[in-house]
Amino acid sequence: MTFDLLFAGVRLIDPDAGLDQMGELLVRDGIITDVGTTLGRPDGVRVIQEDGAVLCPGLVDMRVALGEPGFEYRETIASSAEAAAAGGITTVAALPDSLPAIDDPALVSMLRARGEATGSLTILPYGAVTRGCRGEEFAELGLLREAGAVAFTDGARAIGSARLMRLALSYARGFGAKIVQHPEDPSLSAGGAATEGELATRLGLPGIPAAAEAILVARDIRLARLTGGAVHFAHISTAEALDLIRHAKAEGVAVTCDTAPPYFDLNETAIGDFRTYAKLSPPLRKEADRQAVVAALADGTIDAIASDHQPRDADDKRQPFALASPGGSGLATLLAITMAQVHGGALSLPQAIALLTSRPARLLDSKAGTLGKGTPADLCLFHPDRAWQVEAGKLPGKAPNTPFDGRALEGRVLGTWKAGRRVFG
Amino acid sequence: MLDLAESYVLLNRSGKTQRDLLRGRTLINLFFEDSTRTRTSFELAGKRLGADVLNMSVSTSSVNKGETLLDTAATLNAMHCDLLVVRHDQSGAPNLLAQKVDAAVINAGDGTHEHPTQALLDALTIRRRKGRLEGLTVAICGDVLHSRVARSNIFLLSAMGSRVRVIGPPTLIPAEVAALGVEVFHDMAAGLRDVDIVMMLRLQRERMTRGLVPSAREFFRFYGLDMDKLAVAKPDALVMHPGPMNRGVEIDSAVADDPARSVIKEQVEMGVAVRMAVLDILSRRPGRNDI
Repeated sequence: MTFDLLFAGVRLIDPDAGLDQMGELLVRDGIITDVGTTLGRPDGVRVIQEDGAVLCPGLVDMRVALGEPGFEYRETIASSAEAAAAGGITTVAALPDSLPAIDDPALVSMLRARGEATGSLTILPYGAVTRGCRGEEFAELGLLREAGAVAFTDGARAIGSARLMRLALSYARGFGAKIVQHPEDPSLSAGGAATEGELATRLGLPGIPAAAEAILVARDIRLARLTGGAVHFAHISTAEALDLIRHAKAEGVAVTCDTAPPYFDLNETAIGDFRTYAKLSPPLRKEADRQAVVAALADGTIDAIASDHQPRDADDKRQPFALASPGGSGLATLLAITMAQVHGGALSLPQAIALLTSRPARLLDSKAGTLGKGTPADLCLFHPDRAWQVEAGKLPGKAPNTPFDGRALEGRVLGTWKAGRRVFG
Repeated sequence: MLDLAESYVLLNRSGKTQRDLLRGRTLINLFFEDSTRTRTSFELAGKRLGADVLNMSVSTSSVNKGETLLDTAATLNAMHCDLLVVRHDQSGAPNLLAQKVDAAVINAGDGTHEHPTQALLDALTIRRRKGRLEGLTVAICGDVLHSRVARSNIFLLSAMGSRVRVIGPPTLIPAEVAALGVEVFHDMAAGLRDVDIVMMLRLQRERMTRGLVPSAREFFRFYGLDMDKLAVAKPDALVMHPGPMNRGVEIDSAVADDPARSVIKEQVEMGVAVRMAVLDILSRRPGRNDI
C-alpha cells in the first residue's frame, strides 16, 4: 500500500544533486515531490522521523547473480529481492551467465518483468556477449539491446579471445552499449584457487598470478582505444590493474570499472585454514592490493561499488578448497561494508553513497540513484553508526556464503522504499 | 615425538610388539588416492600397537569428490572410529574432514599441501644418521611446486634448525617460497654444494604433458641426481627419496642403490616407527580413553 510520506529530521544525501543536508523529503503517489529544509506537514501524510539517520537514493547494485534461471537452489528472484531490500538496494543489474544464459531477447524481457513483479526490485538485465556465455559465437546484441539489455558481458567468464573482445567492443559500440569484462586471463586463471604467492604456496593451493588481471585490463584498454568501444572492468582487485585504468582514463579512453566489498575489506588471509566462503573469483589479494583498491575508491578511479553477489549453497562450498565453487553473497552487506571505509576515514559519506547510487546508475544509463523531484521514490534509510554482526546463514536471502562471517559492522539499513512503498524495515 | 619414534625403532627391531597400547581402538586408513607405501606403513604401525585396522579405498573418479568425502566422514563417524588416517588428492581435505568427525584425523598426504608423517620419518632418518638436525644443510630437489613432502619438510626441518635449500627449474618452484625460509637454486651444481642431505622428489609424468618441463630426458640432464652432480655435496652426504622413485627421471639407479649414500630403504623402516609414535600420542587425547 502506498502512502504519502514525509521523511523528517534526516540527513539527505543525493550525490547527483550535490545535496548533503539535514532536511525533509516528501513523497506523493510514489514520486518524490519535494526536498527541502522544512516542508510543513501536509494533510494525510505519514511522517517518518528517524534521528541520526541518512536518507539516500535506493542503492544501485551493478553486479548480481540472481540464481534464476537455472540455479534456484542457490537463490531465486524472490530471495534476491528480499536480500536486496534488506540491503537498501532497489535496482540491480543481473548477470547473464545463468542457465539458460540471457542470450535471447525474450529472456531479457522476462527478467525485466520478473523484477517488476517483485514490487521491490528493478532488474536491469545484462545481455550475454556470446551464446550460452561460452565465448564462441556472438549473441544477438542488437536484439538484446532492443529488448532492454543494459550492457553486455559473459558474467563470471572472461572474454579470453582478443579477436572476440575486439569484435564485441566494436559491434556493441554501434548500439551504444558497453562490454563488461571479468578481467582475468583465462589461460592463467584456469584451475587456480587463490592468488599466487606465499599463502597459496603454504596451503599447497594452485595459484592465479595477480598479473592475470592486469594482463587482460591492459589488452582490453588497447582494444577499446582501437575500436572506440567502451569497456567496463568488473571487481577490480589489484594495484597494477588500477594504475592501468587510471592512466587510460587520463588519456580519455572509454574505460570504467567497479570493485566489490571483499576487495577493499578483506585480503587473502581470509581464506585462512581453507575457508571456502572466502574463495572468490577473482581470488582475494594481498594487503597492498587491498589498500590500492581503497585508494582508488577515494581518488575516483573506481566508478562504482557492486556487491558481485554470487549465491552458493552449503554443498557448493562444503568441498576441499580447490573444488569449492568460487563466489560470495553480498547484497545484504553491501552498504555496511562500504560504510566501514567511511568510518575508517578513506571515503566521505557522500562519496560512498555516490559509489553505491548515482555513479553505477550512470554507468547503466539508468534514471535510478537520485532524490530528484519527479522521480520514483526509491529510497534507503539507514543509520550510519548502528552496529551489527554478520552471521553466515542468518542474512536475508537464501545464500549462506558470505565471506564476511563474524565481521562486526557499523551501518544498518532501517527501511527501504520502492516507488514509495515500504519493502523493508 | 622423534624420541618416542626412536624407541619404536628399537621395539620393531627386537621383533616385539606392544599390542596392549591401542587394544580396542579402531584405526581406519581412508585413502582417496592410491598409495601402497604409506597405507601399509600406517597399517603395520596400527597393528603393532594392537589397534583394529581397517583399510578403505574410495575412488575419486566419481563426479562429486567433496560429497563423497563428507558422506564418508558421516558414515565413519557413526561407526565411532578412534583414529582416522586420510590421504586425499585435494589440499585441505583432512582439515575439512576433521571438522566433521570426532576421531583424531591424521593427514597421510593431502594434494600439494602437506605430508607430515613423511617429514617426521625423514627427520628421524636424518637424526639417526647425523646425530642432529640443527645446523645441517638440506637440499630438496625437483618438483617442489607440487610436492607435499617438500612443504612438510621445509616446515619441520626449518623449525628444527636445519638450513633448507630448494632446487628445481623455475616452473616447478612455488611462488615466494623463499618467504618460507628457504634458499632457492635453479642449478644443481650450485645448490648441492656442501650439503649434508640431498632429498629428491618424485616427478610425475603429468608435469611434462602440462608443459612445466619439456621432457623427462631434459629434466634428468639438469635436475636428475647422478654421481657427478652428487660429487659437489659433502662426501658423507645422504641421499633420500620419499618413493616411489622414477629411476632415470629424477634419480639415477647408481645413486639410489648405493648403500653408502642412499638411505631410501631406511626411510621406509623409520616410517613405521614414526607412525607408531604418532598413533600413540594422538590416542592419548583427553576424553578419548572412555571409548
